[in-house]
Amino acid sequence: MTAPKLKIKNLTTSFATPGGIIKAVDNASLDLGQGETLAVVGESGCGKTVLSLSVMGLIPDPPGRITAGQVIYRDQDLVQLSEQEMQKIRGNSLSMVFQEPMTSLNPVFKIGGQIGETLRLHKGMGKQQAAEAAVEALKLVGIPNPQKRLENFPHELSGGMRQRVMIAMALVCSPEILIADEPTTALDVTIQSQILRLLDNLKHKMNGSLMLITHDLGVVARVATRVAVMYAGQIVESAPISDIFKEPLHPYTQGLLNSVPRLGCRMELNPIPGNVPALLNLPKGCRFNPRCSHAFDLCREQEPQLIDRGGRQIRCWLHR
Amino acid sequence: MNENILEIKNLKRHYPVSSGLLSLSKTTVKAVNGVSLEIKKGETLGLVGESGCGKSTLARLLTGLEKADHGSINFKGHKLNEWTATERSTMLQMVFQDPYSSLNPRQRIGSIISESMRIHKSGSKTEIQRRVEELLVQVGLRPEHHKRYPHEFSGGQRQRVAIARAIAMNPDLIICDEPVSALDVSVQAQVLNLLKSIQKEFGMSYVFISHDLSVVSHISDHVAVMYLGQLMEIASAEELYRNPLHPYTQILLDAVPVPDPDMQGEDVIIDGDMPSPISPPSGCPFHPRCPKAMDICSQTQPKLKETVSGHKVACHLY
Repeated sequence: MTAPKLKIKNLTTSFATPGGIIKAVDNASLDLGQGETLAVVGESGCGKTVLSLSVMGLIPDPPGRITAGQVIYRDQDLVQLSEQEMQKIRGNSLSMVFQEPMTSLNPVFKIGGQIGETLRLHKGMGKQQAAEAAVEALKLVGIPNPQKRLENFPHELSGGMRQRVMIAMALVCSPEILIADEPTTALDVTIQSQILRLLDNLKHKMNGSLMLITHDLGVVARVATRVAVMYAGQIVESAPISDIFKEPLHPYTQGLLNSVPRLGCRMELNPIPGNVPALLNLPKGCRFNPRCSHAFDLCREQEPQLIDRGGRQIRCWLHR
Repeated sequence: MNENILEIKNLKRHYPVSSGLLSLSKTTVKAVNGVSLEIKKGETLGLVGESGCGKSTLARLLTGLEKADHGSINFKGHKLNEWTATERSTMLQMVFQDPYSSLNPRQRIGSIISESMRIHKSGSKTEIQRRVEELLVQVGLRPEHHKRYPHEFSGGQRQRVAIARAIAMNPDLIICDEPVSALDVSVQAQVLNLLKSIQKEFGMSYVFISHDLSVVSHISDHVAVMYLGQLMEIASAEELYRNPLHPYTQILLDAVPVPDPDMQGEDVIIDGDMPSPISPPSGCPFHPRCPKAMDICSQTQPKLKETVSGHKVACHLY
């Protein structure tokens, strides 16, 4: 196995709220290997978006701050870099596709200008050159008539088109690592499969790595090679894709898989009872214990640690 | 048991839009364009389609929130508009998509749930109070929750409140417009189970609208597939899943991500977006994206025909 492209080590991101300090990401460690597609799954509020923003150095400070841990990329710790140094990396070799294509594009600038901006900043291209590269990028993501589209404003495009533009923007500098935060959530299923296939093809073409943030286990099964499951700010399980779906170890992962209605199967669903706890009011011991059907005394007393277990990681007292 | 509770025939709803200089040219958006359906007592009809296919407009027409331009809606043997609004509201209820905006933030839960009972004067104050507490327990909340305000609840709990409000008057039909799409998977499964158990207990019918085929196939007895304001296919849930006839249904089914890495089927991916409903394509509305399109598809519009018993499809292939 080659050295991971990106190494997240014990990362903790805290936010100051009126009710106290919360750790939106608590002691997360992850490796993203060359050519890998790592999916980070979890329900809303589990910290997946904060994790990706932390890697990109985009946590608004105040109220948020990375309070511990490292993000190692090309032998340097991204957390320690100054904003100027980070700007050279962000959008260049480390890029992100944001959730909601409707709000992530600037409505008052043309598509061409928005894609070209990245190129002019990072590659020092002139206007003409940037426009040509933008056409190439739009062609790559499968937008018909790219030359004409450069002159369009975001509102003139459909949701799927806008998401493609977002991906084109993230890809113009041929990043080594692409982080996609719920890239298909706002889209219809047919458009979703177009975008997922596009991301996968581009990953191979650029020989890069993809970190996909999603809540949809179906999307995970379609594109990911590794999965990390998050719950209440912590990574509770991470494993290769086939292991997660065939033999989920953590009761939360099992519960998630049992909650998904499957096509053509009308059996009673077996959901996890209760709700995700508020980060300000976490239960004692394992964070999942009040909803867990396997919980025993130790779970209510002590928090389990993330341990390695034959290529996968698990945070549960059942698997010591 | 086999009695139809709702029958709609050739329902149309066109919205006028003005475009061009000084809004001179008038066109219409054909949001619902000739839909015929029936729903049996105690059954769930699932309605799927991508955004903009007209499923929400159809829901609004069914509840009488909007008037149809053409066609008829028969509800319990009478025309929908022959029932008075008060009569309608005891028999027909709706659960909306967004549990954050469909509950009045200034009203207590108890008052939200009891509003219809108070309007219909269906009992004394204490009787209504008792019924509210009973309803709260039925949807899996606690009786003392009636004093709370919506903001004190999570999304899933709010959707439970919305369901309690909908079943308060024992309606015959509940229209659920994307009731679980704003919820997380674990909570979504809880709400789906709740809807199923309520139906078992009270025997009402549902129209269940969703863009998510796996959710719809899970809860529905029959499933209707819509595209650009028209029905493409309608069949029982199992039949539609096992034997999808319309190319659009086949593509939709293939596009649904299955949470099993070994079951990733052939990636049949269609290109392009849904055309604008302002200028729908001639003939079959799906033909520009259809992999099996023939010459006739761009000329004449296929009619919804029954192929196997209970399985109707609008496609020239059949």
